Parts: sequence; structure tokens; C-alpha cells
Amino acid sequence: MKKYDSLIFELSNPDRRAFEIPKNDVEEVSLESFLPKESLRKEAPELPQVSQVDLMRHYTNLSNKNYGLDTGFYPLGSCTMKYNPKINEDMARLPSFTETHPMQDDALVQGNLELMDNLDQMLCEITGMDKMTLQPIAGSHGEMLGLMLMKAYHQDKGDTKRTKIIVPDSSHGTNPASAAMAGLDVVTIESKENGEIDLGELKDALGDDVAGLMLTNPNTLGLFEKQIQDIAKAVHEAGGLLYYDGANTNAIMGITRPGDMGFDIVHLNLHKTFTTPHGGGGPGSGPVGVKERLVPYLPVPFVEKKEAGYKLSYDSPKSVGKISNYYGNFGIYLRAYVYILSMGYNGLKRASEVAVLNANYLMYSLKDHYKLAVDRPCKHEFVLAGINTDIAEMPTVNIAKRLLDYGHHPPTVYFPLIVNEALMVEPTETESKEMLDDFIQAMKDIVEESKNDPELVKTAPHTTPVRKLDEVGAARNPIVRWKPEE
Amino acid sequence: MFPYIANTPQDEKDMLKAIGFNSIEEFFDDIPKELRLNRDLNLKPAMTEAEIKTHMAELGNKNQGKDLVNFIGGGVYDRHIPSVINHVISRSEFYTAYTPYQPEISQGSLQVIFEYQTLITNLTGMDVSNASLYDGASAVAEAAFMAVDKTRNKEIIVPDNIHPNTLRVLKTYLRFKDLDLVIVPTKEGTFTKAALEEKISKNTAGVLVQNPNFYGLVEDEIEEIVELTHKNKALLIMSVDPITLGVLKSPGDYGADIAVGDGQSLGNGLNFGGPYFGFMAATNKLIRKMPGRIAGQTVDKDGKRGFVLTLQTREQHIRREKATSNICTNQALNALMASVYMVALGKKGIAEVATQSAQKAHYLYNQILEKTNFKPVYDKPFFMEFGITSDIPAAKVKEALLKEGILGGIELRICGDDFKNGLLVAVTEKRTKKEMDQFVQVLEGLK
Amino acid sequence: MSELYFTKKHEWVKVEGEHATIGISDYAQEQLGDIVFIELPDVDEDFERGDDFGVVESVKAASDIYMPISGKVVEINEELEDSPDLVNEDAMTNWMVKVEITNKEELADLLSEDQYKDFIEEE
Repeated sequence: MKKYDSLIFELSNPDRRAFEIPKNDVEEVSLESFLPKESLRKEAPELPQVSQVDLMRHYTNLSNKNYGLDTGFYPLGSCTMKYNPKINEDMARLPSFTETHPMQDDALVQGNLELMDNLDQMLCEITGMDKMTLQPIAGSHGEMLGLMLMKAYHQDKGDTKRTKIIVPDSSHGTNPASAAMAGLDVVTIESKENGEIDLGELKDALGDDVAGLMLTNPNTLGLFEKQIQDIAKAVHEAGGLLYYDGANTNAIMGITRPGDMGFDIVHLNLHKTFTTPHGGGGPGSGPVGVKERLVPYLPVPFVEKKEAGYKLSYDSPKSVGKISNYYGNFGIYLRAYVYILSMGYNGLKRASEVAVLNANYLMYSLKDHYKLAVDRPCKHEFVLAGINTDIAEMPTVNIAKRLLDYGHHPPTVYFPLIVNEALMVEPTETESKEMLDDFIQAMKDIVEESKNDPELVKTAPHTTPVRKLDEVGAARNPIVRWKPEE
Repeated sequence: MFPYIANTPQDEKDMLKAIGFNSIEEFFDDIPKELRLNRDLNLKPAMTEAEIKTHMAELGNKNQGKDLVNFIGGGVYDRHIPSVINHVISRSEFYTAYTPYQPEISQGSLQVIFEYQTLITNLTGMDVSNASLYDGASAVAEAAFMAVDKTRNKEIIVPDNIHPNTLRVLKTYLRFKDLDLVIVPTKEGTFTKAALEEKISKNTAGVLVQNPNFYGLVEDEIEEIVELTHKNKALLIMSVDPITLGVLKSPGDYGADIAVGDGQSLGNGLNFGGPYFGFMAATNKLIRKMPGRIAGQTVDKDGKRGFVLTLQTREQHIRREKATSNICTNQALNALMASVYMVALGKKGIAEVATQSAQKAHYLYNQILEKTNFKPVYDKPFFMEFGITSDIPAAKVKEALLKEGILGGIELRICGDDFKNGLLVAVTEKRTKKEMDQFVQVLEGLK
Repeated sequence: MSELYFTKKHEWVKVEGEHATIGISDYAQEQLGDIVFIELPDVDEDFERGDDFGVVESVKAASDIYMPISGKVVEINEELEDSPDLVNEDAMTNWMVKVEITNKEELADLLSEDQYKDFIEEE
């Protein structure tokens, strides 16, 4: 199966079918009889024709060239790759949910609306916020919305000068990109070496043109921002708002809450903290929660509980409008709802505790072989500043590629940018001690190999379905679709 | 205990001991006392699978939909979904994988994207496609940004017959970037060159056409609109229902610069509004202005064909505030569903689905006009969705249909007071003669 | 006789009469690695000193290129559209744009070749 190398188009045979629809049971009139001839295409689009067996084997073989969470360990820092419970999948496929149309009357979708209202309250409780919207379809989408809310709030107060958003230099690339989508200009401030905010730098950057500050806590280095109360005070005193990027929520559930730290706006990534699958790159879900004073700006519609039942309301004159077609990725946040029920208050807290235990266990077990970015107990993730150069030299990229041969997905590499040769590791709570020990051993073995047989590491991976791919060639002469040979 | 947490209390002890700590609590010492949540979260205790199943069944039973016959459309359609789709996406190597950043162990996901891009370009008649976007509405907004970026103009023109939610989303996206939205009134439901001529100018960045439009009508002046748009050096964005491209001329045929739409129709369920996905395809010269992921073909060290994410300098993780968009992930699994759907149907199948939907819609339409007092909202060529109206409020009509287990359609008053009693009815290949005859019977009985 | 200047953002400028040819330095191309794409402005576009007028891209990085002096673009090196790797081969001969200089006084603020060499050594 490793040899499988066909594109679906190469299997096509015009006489094969993988699926058929029932015969038409009404009169078959020609399309030309009711549509202008000029509106019709000359030939149907070129889609491959294969048998159902060909189809299933094709995708099964492709899946075998993929690595998923159910394959093995996935310690990608800032991605929270935790196990995706199967009950979530089953519940999301219940026809009583999947077969509801978004334009059905409210009275016919009371179950959906009740679920949305329940989830809103649960997420508010977990984050310490007052109201959530489930409309954003991804974390980046939530980020964009959060910044739009910030801008709308200031504009509504007549404070139109506030067009700047402060982000620390350790932040994720989406932060500035989302700011641009919301029409805000980014001001980057330098962090301290441990990734914490430099309060002096922050105060210098604050002013009457600043809309707010975007922050994760724990920060990108996995450390809790101890001065968060001073930061919040400084930002609020300068008239700005505080935005919480929820990428790192897995460290704090039931322990501390962004709402209590002083944050005004929060976005969560349900595909991280709340176990909805990543899907190989989506669909995600990025709910945004706000404090009371920002509620009027939330997108429409929102669920209201009335005596007669639940209702979708569009009555919100100050709302920013809509950012997606309907109510967000219902089928995804339904999975998060099921997860929260499965864990309960005690399970969510335990999840955060064990996530933090696992991260510290890995970090301290690796500290002799790799350099710690910061030598202080971490939260749910930590950053290594490359290999311990007293033992051997090896670029981080090669260490990551060699891990593939050991059967582990590599950590996030070269991020955050403020750490050289960074390896960002997030084990999550769902991994066992045995798995962590196996990873630790692999990481140590690679250090030994780097010392004794550096070529082996530099030419890795050796055992994957394909070897190192030519990315320069791909970018210089982009081939982005299959074409039949002439 | 919790089935998703592997480590036992004994593991916890061993691990703490190995790294020289006494308790997990020590790791949280740096959180200021006054910020600690000194109580339990106000949530229920953990539930078992069995308890969850009961709870979810109860919740689901408060919905009605699964046993109803669906004539609601508005961009989201109830179609036959091949069984293979669920089996492919249930392979956890696909659905539990992260974005394919490590190409050596992500060839499955990457080849799926490459094939998806090919399928979408073949369907739309465009040169290049990305790996998908959030949904149809945000895809329109992203296309508008591309037009602005390419032309350096600030104005987007749209007709008033597009999906009202698309218009809402576009308004929000444009407003925050200080871009201008110009809405052109349509004539008898369709977008005319004459109407566009009144608004288009040297400040125009892009013009949007939706075909079929929200009322289900097939636009008949697209060629003229494309020509006029290009004469003004603006980009033509065409929003389409992908199924209709089984028989209707493609955006590429019309000379559009960007094709977008919602992919729900392609093998994705109704799901109460999501997850679906947006698709986007464009001409070659716009490839570097496109948002989102793009997979490209290349070779590995041994000369073997392989795939990578390419042209990444467009994206947020490299270009930060100058990126083409802030989108990171796309809707990969939904795009996979669409790929499997397109492959399952094939060239013949997609034409059949489109043709049957249109034929059945016209059967129902003709029956209604023949046998009832309902009149068409617009007497113009339509594809598989049409508006009808009468003296009776649409809500009442829906109520009567619901009594017979039928979801009747969308009340057109959401598009404005002009459509007071209008009902928008969609017919897909899934509807049967019997269901449609019953629909007509209910309408006949209305007084 | 032409005069050669550099900037701290690693562009070079060759001045001949009223015109200047602009490219990126050898040091810059080396820092970028394999160049995969170069975006250049349109002919006749006007730029102020310090404006970004194009982008040079490698697989994992994109760098803006800045106008060392104010001017109007009179010619672009179209060859780079298909063969951006030429800049990797020889950054000093494979120029990017030619401009008509608007303000010759700005030249005084640029670095000489020796000054530039000292500057990159410090970097």
C-alpha cells in the first residue's frame, strides 16, 4: 500500500459508476424547453467515473499515507491535539440534528436552539464571560470577530481614533492578519525573554489611539502571565480593551478564568480544548465570548429563551451583523457540547491538571538533552531552544524530521519566533506515561544520533511514504491541478 | 475515572517523583491567589456514554426535520448523499489529522486537496482553486478583498437578488475595512447590464453575480455584465450553486475572474447551517492573491511524485498583517466530502442530478400553476427553485404543508415587504412525484 | 560613468544621468535563500522614497523591496517573472526596476559600497 501512487483521475473509465440516483419519476422534458440555450454548457464537467470499489480503495490507500491522532502521539505546541472521543462523532451524526435545515422555523428546531443556549452558558461559565456567540467557524474567524467587536465598541462610543491593536512579538501570525481583516493596525511590542509582557513597553505603547491588547495566558512559552492584573489595569485605564486568544485554554479549565483576569473578549478553539476533530485542517469552531458592555455588538442572530420556547433573534441594532451564513458550525460545536457533558466540572479541571503534569514531566525529562527556553514550571506546553549544543549540533528541522522515523509527529518548530531553534511541545492530558516515556526516549536517541551519526539525522525521514519533498520547485512552477497528458 | 485521561493516580505519583515535584498544585503556584477559581465550575458532573445518548436523543427529539419532506433551499439543499462519503470521512487518519504541515506523513490529506482543487476547477471552468474556505458567504467576502487588492479600488457592486445572508456577511466584512458596498436594484428579479451601467465607474473593484440568483432565476445578461465589468477594469466575481454547473455554463465559460460558492450541495448534509465549506477558484493571474491553503505537486528526494502546501507566502503565518487573509485552516473534511461526492457521481452523475432537479422543479411549478390559485413571483426562466405567491400569507401556507409532513420553503418577506406572501420553493432530485403531488394537493385545498 | 549606492534595507542603486537601476544585494539574496517569486510594479507607477514597490519571496519568507529614492518606474525586468532564480545566480546584474529620479538630492543619504560592506559586517 505504501506503493499506491494513483490519482483518482488516472483510474477513470467512462463506463463505470460508483453511485446512482433513482430514475426520474416525472416527465423528462428537455432543459432547452425551459432554459435559454445560451445558459447551458456544451459538455458536462470532467469528473472521473470510477466503480465504488475503486473509490473506497483509493481513499483508504490515501488515508494510509496520513498520520492522525488515532495513529499516534501528536505533541504539536499550541494546537492541543488531544484524543477525539467517538461518542462525539456518533452524536453529531444523529439524524434528528443533521437533518434540520437552517431556514426551518424556530418552533421546529427547539432542540438545536436549546443546545446552543446550553453551550453558550457552559462556555461562559468556563471562561468567566457574560455571553457567547457560536457563529465563528474557526479560531481565526473568532479572532477577526473579536477585533471587530472591539472596534465597533469604540466607534459606538464616538472614539474613532482607536485604530491600533497591540500584540506581543511572541504572538501567532493570525493575530496581525486578523487585525488587518478588522481594519486595525498592529503595533508589536517586545516581550521579556520568558515571553512575558514588558509592562514598561506596554505602557509606552498605550494611548488614546489604542483599541486594545491581544494576549494568550498562559503565554506562547507556556508560562502564566503573573502580572495580568496590572496589565489589565493599564489597558483599561488607557481606554482600551483586553482580548484573550483562547489557544491555551487547556491549561486553565476550572483553575482560573480569563473573565476574572480582566479580559473583555475571549475566543475559544473548540477543535483544540474541546476535542472536536481537526479534520486535516477544518472544520473548526471559534466561539467568542464577551463581557456585558460588548454584548450589544455581537453578531445576529442570537438565541433567546422566551416563555413559548427558544427563538433566534435578529433584533440588535448595534450588532456588527453576520460573519457567516447561518449559526456557525453547528455539527462541530455539538461535539464540544457532548465533550463537556462527558467530562463534567470535575473532568475538565482534571484534564487541565493532567495536561500540565504531562507537559512538566516531558520538559524536565528532556532538560539535559535539550535547552529549555525558560527553566520554570510550565503550564500545558513548553518550548525547547533546540538541542543541547554541549552534546551535539543539529538544526531543529532535522530533529523534527527524524522523529517521523520514530513514529511520532514532531512538535511545532521555529515558533515562537522569539526563541531560536524552537521546539514547542504540548502533550495534552490524553497521553499516557508510557507514550510520554517513548517520546522522551526518541528525543534522547536523536541527540545520541546527532553526535554519533549526524548524516542519519540530516537525511531523515527514511521510513515515510515519501521522503523530503522539493518545496522550491513546487513554488517556482506551481502545479495545482491535474491535467491529462497531451 | 475519565476515559479520555490515561494517567492513573499511581502514574501521577511516579511522574511527579521523577521530576522532583510533590504535587500538581505546585505547577499552578504562579497564578495569583485572587485569580484562582476557588469553587467548582457550575457544570454538571461527568456523564457516561449511555447517559449522554439519552440526553442527546431527548434534545434531538425536540427538533422536527428528519421525517419531514424538505422543499426548503436558499443555498442549502436536501439531496441524495452516497453512503461512501460517511465511510471515507470516518477514517480517523483523515478526521483526526492536523493541517498537513509535515508533508512526509500527510500525503493523504495533501493529495485529497490536490484532487479537490482539480475537481473544483473542472466544475467551475477556472484555472486554479484553493483548498476551500469557511462557507459560501465568507468566500464572497474574500473574493471582494481579492478584487480590491488587485485593482486597488475600494468599491464592490452587488445586485439586490443575492442571498440575504451573503449580503449581510459582505456588509460586515467590507465595513470594517472601510470599503464601499454599492447595491444595484434588479429588474423583475434579474441583474441587467443597464442597471450595472448606472453604478459602475473607475472606482469599482469588483462586481458580483449570483447564478442562479436567490429567487432561483437563471441570470440572462451575464455575458454583457462581464464585458462591462472588464471594460471598467474591475473583476467579475460569480457565485454559483455547484450542482447547477452539471448543466449550466460555468463561470469560466462566462469569463469570470473569480468563482465562489457554498459547497453544501456537494454531498454535505443539512446540519442546521454547518459545517459546510466555501469554494473559490480563479484565473491563473490571480493565484497569488488567493486566500487559504493551496496544495501543489512536486517530487521527493527519490524523484517520486508527492504533494506539498505551496505558495505559502500569501498566508498569515508568514505574511502576518500583509497576508491575503487571516484564514488558517479551511474546511478540509467538508471539502473531502465534496470530493468523494463528485467522484461518486462522476461526469454523468452530476449532469443527471442537475437535470433531474430542474425537471422535477418544473413539474411542481407547472402543477401549481395549473391546479391552484398560486402565481409565480417572477415569470422568468429558473433552475430548481422558484417563488410562488397568493392572497394567503406564506406562514399559513407553510403551516398547512407542515400538517402533511412537508417543509414548504422560505418566506420571501425576508427579502423585503414587496414579497409579502411569497414562498421560495426548492426541488431537488430527492423529491418524488408523490411528494410533489401532495404539495400541490395541500395548496389546492387552501382557501 | 555610473555611481553605485546601497541602502540599509539591502537594495542597490546604480545611477546613470537622470535614471537609476535598482536591485537587491548579494547579501540579501543569500539571506533569502532560493527565490521562488518576484513581484514588480507596473511601468509608469510613481513612488516616494521608502515606499515598498515589490516583493521577493522564498518558500518560507516574503520580503518587501523598498524604493531607495523617489522616482517613476520606466522599465521592469520582465525576465524575473519566469526566472526569479536569476537573482540567486547574480544579484548585482539581475536588476528589478529602472526609474526616472525625481529628486537627486536624496542620493546623498544612501550608503557607498564600502559603507554598506561595513554595515553588513555589523549585522
